[in-house]
Amino acid sequence: MTLAPGITLQGQASIEGRQLFAPLTLSLDAGRWTCLLGGSGVGKTTVLRLMADLSTGADFDGEITATDGELVADRIAYMAQDDLLMPWASVAKNITLGARLRGQDWDETRLEQLLQRCGLLAHRHKKPGELSGGQRQRVALARTLMEDKPIILLDEPFSALDAQTRAAMQDLAVELLSGRTVMVVTHDPGEAARLGHAIHVMTPAGLTAVTPPTAEVPRAVEALDTLMCQSELLKRLMGQAA
Amino acid sequence: MKMWPPIASTIFALLVWQLIVTSTGVQPFLLPGPSVVAEAWWQHRVLIAENAVITLQEIVLGMIIGTALGIVTALQLATSKTMRTLVQPILVFTQSLPVFALAPILTLWLGFGLWSKVAMAVLIIYFPVTSAFFDGLIRTPPGYLDLAKTMQAKPMRILWQIRVPAALPSLGAGVRLAAVYATIGAVIGEWVGASKGLGALMIMSNGRAKTDLMFAALLTLGVMSVVFYLLVAKLTRVLGDRET
Repeated sequence: MTLAPGITLQGQASIEGRQLFAPLTLSLDAGRWTCLLGGSGVGKTTVLRLMADLSTGADFDGEITATDGELVADRIAYMAQDDLLMPWASVAKNITLGARLRGQDWDETRLEQLLQRCGLLAHRHKKPGELSGGQRQRVALARTLMEDKPIILLDEPFSALDAQTRAAMQDLAVELLSGRTVMVVTHDPGEAARLGHAIHVMTPAGLTAVTPPTAEVPRAVEALDTLMCQSELLKRLMGQAA
Repeated sequence: MKMWPPIASTIFALLVWQLIVTSTGVQPFLLPGPSVVAEAWWQHRVLIAENAVITLQEIVLGMIIGTALGIVTALQLATSKTMRTLVQPILVFTQSLPVFALAPILTLWLGFGLWSKVAMAVLIIYFPVTSAFFDGLIRTPPGYLDLAKTMQAKPMRILWQIRVPAALPSLGAGVRLAAVYATIGAVIGEWVGASKGLGALMIMSNGRAKTDLMFAALLTLGVMSVVFYLLVAKLTRVLGDRET
């Protein structure tokens, strides 16, 4: 992996002349976790898709830049709420999908390490259909890591999981993605409070930065600071500035 | 699959059939009873078997050629915009023609032998296979394509690693449908002009008022096409489950 850069998105987006989000500036600090929190339809997924250079259906007027001046879109790895595992391919083949799609060889040692660190060694030959939701999301995380990109974009990656599996996945993701520039798009204030080195709340009115607790991520779910931050975030989402 | 429901329903159908024949006293040359048909089948078993082999050849060849052509066409349509523009309207137009109406001209072009029937079967199954597979190829879940894009995938690799495997269930459905249509195509070809095959045998025995032989040939055709369908269905499922 090359050194993780910081990223800035600056601009506005509209769909057929109707404004999707007002002019905003979102900066991701290099090597840190930035949470973009918002309700449905405020355009938070559009922000992520713009960074990944994926089609959005919106007209974006602005620019996306990296602190090192290089291109952003070809240095990202992407993980969505839907694990996007190919049901016909084994766990190992799903993890090495990127290399296979580019016609490259992959590093077998790295595959072994990732299988081991994601607790998937026993499942490497299984098909996704034989796995639980949490296991499938671990495969998706391993696939994301196999890409070894400095920028990681996560689109509500854990929202389909039950509460305890989600907390375990958050811990694992923070451990394995350390040193990379990560953006998480989420609608879950609890997730933002646990994971964000920086937290931005996105509402139709614009983007508001909220100061996260001082504890290191992943923050304890039961810590008072985390809970306070969570309730503060929820209030902002509901439009009641605290 | 449980064996007893089809057996029970077969016995039931035979009973109803016999009951109609006995209760109405209908002439055997109009509707022979099951026992008469069974007798005719046994008496002409060699003749029926010889003709069944011919029909089966037509069906299998039609299936292989028609499926192969359908797969190639669908891949072309899915990967080339030019092909879509040029070929898709023609495909839809030809599909609105009654293919059966082409049977006489196929016989004129290809003769009374095997190939005019194979061509008929190919024409009938080509469209369902093409259309089912093409549909599958253009309906790749968008999330897979997003993921592939972020991985800087090459288009041909996306096709073979994602779009084709994701479309295999649709192709399987098309091929299973084709297995039913292929029989119809081959028999229609035989009706229009043939000296061999179960369809030809049926026309011939009908013309000579040998209704019992006609029914014996028809039932043989029915059993053959059900067995063929089940084999194809099994094959498509086995191939669909295979790891790619």
